[in-house]
Amino acid sequence: MKQLIKIMMWRPRRSGQLPFLGSSIWVIRGSLGVRQYWGFAIIGFLFPIALWWIASAIGLVDKIFLPSPADVVARIAKWFSQDNLLHDIWISTYRVSAGWLLSAVIALPLGLFIGAYRPIQALLEPLMDFIRYMPAVAFIPLVMIWVGIDESSKIAIIFIGTFFQMVLMMAEDVRRVPMQQIEAAQTMGATRGEIISLVVFQSAKPALLDTLRVTMGWAWTYLVVAELVAANSGLGYAILKAQRFLQTDKIFAGILLIGAIGLAMDQGFRFLHRRSFPWLYSR
Amino acid sequence: MAKSINISSLGKIFSTAEGTTIALEQINLTVEAGEFVTLVGASGCGKSTLLRIVAGLEKKTSGQVHIDTVPIDGPGVDRAVVFQHYSLYPWLTVMQNIKFSRRLEAQRSEITSADVEVASGRADALLAVMGLKHVAGAYPNQLSGGMQQRVAIARALMPRPQILLMDEPFGALDAQTRDVMHDLIRYLRAIENTTIVFVTHDVEEAIYLGNRVVVLAPRPGRIDSIHPVPLPGERIQDMKLAAEFIAMKRTILERIRDTSGIKTDYDMLRKLTQNAARIS
Repeated sequence: MKQLIKIMMWRPRRSGQLPFLGSSIWVIRGSLGVRQYWGFAIIGFLFPIALWWIASAIGLVDKIFLPSPADVVARIAKWFSQDNLLHDIWISTYRVSAGWLLSAVIALPLGLFIGAYRPIQALLEPLMDFIRYMPAVAFIPLVMIWVGIDESSKIAIIFIGTFFQMVLMMAEDVRRVPMQQIEAAQTMGATRGEIISLVVFQSAKPALLDTLRVTMGWAWTYLVVAELVAANSGLGYAILKAQRFLQTDKIFAGILLIGAIGLAMDQGFRFLHRRSFPWLYSR
Repeated sequence: MAKSINISSLGKIFSTAEGTTIALEQINLTVEAGEFVTLVGASGCGKSTLLRIVAGLEKKTSGQVHIDTVPIDGPGVDRAVVFQHYSLYPWLTVMQNIKFSRRLEAQRSEITSADVEVASGRADALLAVMGLKHVAGAYPNQLSGGMQQRVAIARALMPRPQILLMDEPFGALDAQTRDVMHDLIRYLRAIENTTIVFVTHDVEEAIYLGNRVVVLAPRPGRIDSIHPVPLPGERIQDMKLAAEFIAMKRTILERIRDTSGIKTDYDMLRKLTQNAARIS
């Protein structure tokens, strides 16, 4: 017991004694170099993959339930060469992006007005909160009746899944603009329109781009739901079809591909953020 | 150029769900054109509220506020405000921040290219006076707190306001930087010829800067006393050690202590010390 407490209470006497553990990167909210960051990120990926690989290699779980990483890679290769993987990726990316873009185009001005004017907030925010809790899946029958079964219906499902969250988050971004920035503009003689376009929007831009990044992730999570609607292509559709034939390797492949595309898009947004808002990164 | 501020029987009541608070009651004050008036008082005495009403950022409940003879109706370019912090635009460079008011005018295309020339001349001059020339292209978050306040002051002065309202602008700065800023603001007042109302909780600052020090008392916020400063127009740091300066500081500090009810409870501290001695 004493030994255990000793181990739990252990801490490095001097920094730099041990690699990693004693170094300054473990300071609360400390700093981490770019290379170290990516080193840790890669470890974070390799660790679960290694576990997965070991579990499947020693036959811990039946192949039907857990295909090996090699099976999944082989499946992706076969999908690419025989089943038109690129088309599936393209059509799914198109559906997600279109639904997300449509909601962004409407949510941005709406969020600005909800965040800027209290009456508009009172008018719309409770309503949005109400709709937000309705499950997007439940709208499928309605969407099929109203919009039909072509591309627009899939886009509509993704729109329903993302729009209401997006508006509320954007309104919050706008509300976070410091009042002093707005008042400074008022004392410099800015009109209401000028304050919204030259101060509120400019000030909220970085947060708004972050909201766009986060909601893009949510839009992807609605892809499978959207492709439940009379689809005959796409990653979500492929996953659903694979389930029918018990092709777990293809389910894995589809899920991992969606994750990879999402990660790439997320990094793209982060890059754009650094490029667009240099003042946030220059110290 | 400079304009006077005439406040008569001004009152302000804040209404919240918990009830109403009288922030200001029966405020009568005239600030002459070109005068430098400082407002001091304990927290909650309404000094910032008074400043914000003059700025037009807060609505009054009763009474009148006139700039010369014109009643105020919301914020205006004649009254510039310097806030304590967070008022600079972090996405604009120092130069762009200072030229912001000019950009508003340019948007409305009221100005000619000659005006633009004059404007950039003025911006350059302000940069030089404030010692900001070498950071004209930097972003505000790259600057120290003192430098940021210099930018805020330069931006406020850019449209040549007749009245400059300052709400604890140096409250977050260290003592040495604050001294430098004091001399800078006195110098600016001399060359810009603006009326200045300056809110602070620092009595020394209030005396060193002001022609008159107005002491406000809390609950309800009201003017307690007005003290003309017996120092010459040109001020130097040494004056802070002069007998009349210290005497005035004592008088004002006593007024604030008496009206605020905030003072050190020596009896309680003595008892605590005795208790602590017993325990150890």
